[in-house]
Amino acid sequence: MITPRRILATAATEFRIARRNRWVIIAMALMALFALVLTAAGSAPTGGLGVDRLSVTVASLTSLAVYLVPLLALLMSFDAIAGEVERGTLPLVLTYPVSRAEILLGKLLAHLAVLGLAVGAGYGVAALAALLTDAGSLAGMPALWRLLWSSLALGATFLGAGYALSSLARRPSGAAGLAIGLWLGLVVLYDLGLLAAVVADNGGWFTTSAFPVALLANPADAFRLFNLSASAATAAASGVGGAAAVIPLWQSLVSVLVWPLVALALAHAAFRRVIP
Amino acid sequence: MMTSTLKISALTKRFGDVAALSDVSLAIQPGERVALLGHNGAGKSTMMKIILGLIPATSGRVEVCGAMPGSATARAQVAYLPENAAFHPALTGLEQLRHYLSLRSEDPGQAQQLLDQVGLGAAARRRIGTYSKGMRQRVGLAQALIGAPRLLVLDEPTSGLDPVSRRDFYALLDQFAARGTAILLSSHALTEVEARTDRIVILSGGHLVAEGSLPALRRLADLPVALHVTARNGYAPALMDALPGAILVGGALHMACPQSEKLALLGRIAGLGDKVADLEVLPPSLEDIYSHFSRRDGQ
Ligand SMILES: Nc1ncnc2c1ncn2[C@@H]1O[C@H](COP(=O)(O)OP(=O)(O)O)[C@@H](O)[C@H]1O
Ligand SMILES: [Mg+2]
Repeated sequence: MITPRRILATAATEFRIARRNRWVIIAMALMALFALVLTAAGSAPTGGLGVDRLSVTVASLTSLAVYLVPLLALLMSFDAIAGEVERGTLPLVLTYPVSRAEILLGKLLAHLAVLGLAVGAGYGVAALAALLTDAGSLAGMPALWRLLWSSLALGATFLGAGYALSSLARRPSGAAGLAIGLWLGLVVLYDLGLLAAVVADNGGWFTTSAFPVALLANPADAFRLFNLSASAATAAASGVGGAAAVIPLWQSLVSVLVWPLVALALAHAAFRRVIP
Repeated sequence: MMTSTLKISALTKRFGDVAALSDVSLAIQPGERVALLGHNGAGKSTMMKIILGLIPATSGRVEVCGAMPGSATARAQVAYLPENAAFHPALTGLEQLRHYLSLRSEDPGQAQQLLDQVGLGAAARRRIGTYSKGMRQRVGLAQALIGAPRLLVLDEPTSGLDPVSRRDFYALLDQFAARGTAILLSSHALTEVEARTDRIVILSGGHLVAEGSLPALRRLADLPVALHVTARNGYAPALMDALPGAILVGGALHMACPQSEKLALLGRIAGLGDKVADLEVLPPSLEDIYSHFSRRDGQ
């Protein structure tokens, strides 16, 4: 039985810990800083593209979020279980009338709130800059909103993955290594590998059949696809963005929505096997 | 008929080749205070973790408040104080207690009062990271007192407490026991439980080697009683003749006899009249009794 009261109690305590550990302020400052840099770098006139400034900003924020949101999520979650095991706080809480699912959901809620504040600050700063320089930017508001909630879905996926690794590793140092490995693998190396395969394949079976599936199977790529194919600014994006044109929007939407559930199920399965 | 709050039968736990518990059976009734004694590694913490459902048993049956260990029913009625209780250092004592109260669906507003009860009221708003070991132990006690648990499982609760706080702690336990809470607490020294428990269970190398009230254990151990007789001036040699087996230590005669011969010996000493200046009877100490049992079957 899942009880909101116990989830909220856990979330409130976890959020308080995140605030005390400066996670909230660090995450917000980091996102805002990168968003500002992006805004400054992309301040050239966009008239030639025929799209509003905010849509262009959303496209560049998407590329930023694809790296930073998973990174922040993994940094916040790798310690979630392993840290409790190491501190010795887990046995006691597991004797309370609270289920492991409730504990995980409480942590997820708190960490999602931190992520929400961070992307809210970053996207807010960038959107404000776009609105101030281009009155037509209001046309880009739906794209911004989509980026915001899909960033949280992406965050939830990597938070869940982080909890799973944290449960498997049992020690924070081991969990940190696994988390960095996952980030490098899914966010950096995966795309490089795909790119290399596409180049070698030269328009063959891989490019037409396997490549779209491979993109959808990776939560970070699905997130990018979803935001770029839904956005009017596809042309403004580079790299994987080109593939967005051929993959239907609903497919990337399903991937974006299903991955958090899969990751949380994995986290729960791994956490259940932890003997304190 | 009274139903046991805790019922353990033929409990065995192995960690690989190590037998942490072997065929242990035990029952605790409502309101009963039971001390679990044993050296380090005797299996006390392992037994408690199995009772709480934190680790599975290898074989045997455990029933907590009529339910499986670790089941929702059991967890709602059992409170635990782990050995070396740990908490998140970034939280204050008050915040930590409020959290635990919420998890038990109790009013978080009781947090301050619980901390007052264990003498932490003044430090309630300080971070646990700044607490001493004894203070963390008190946070652990405070959380174990939340609500009205039917079973309290306390792993070395008095370690790190000074004698005065130890007495206050036992007074708190008495209140709980009076309300029908069954209490199982562990210690590695008989002196630490201060004979403030109804029953003592001694574990040695994973085996239950003795069980009973302190007087019962005293009888069962049947350790010799020591007697010190001080002779009136000049009578020491006469007493030595009358009491064979005594040795002279600094002007006093020291001797030991089995419990069963104690009264006869006292009679003989009394018969020596005014040759005796003083007589002291020293029953076996708590430590003697404890060592007797915990070594008998030990490693
Ligand atoms: N997780 C574990 N893995 C392997 N051996 C263990 C584990 N926990 C306890 N033991 C062993 O079980 C025995 C009993 O330990 P424990 O219950 O902690 O004793 P006590 O609490 O009486 O000091 C010891 O020999 C200890 O080394
Ligand atoms: Mg122990």
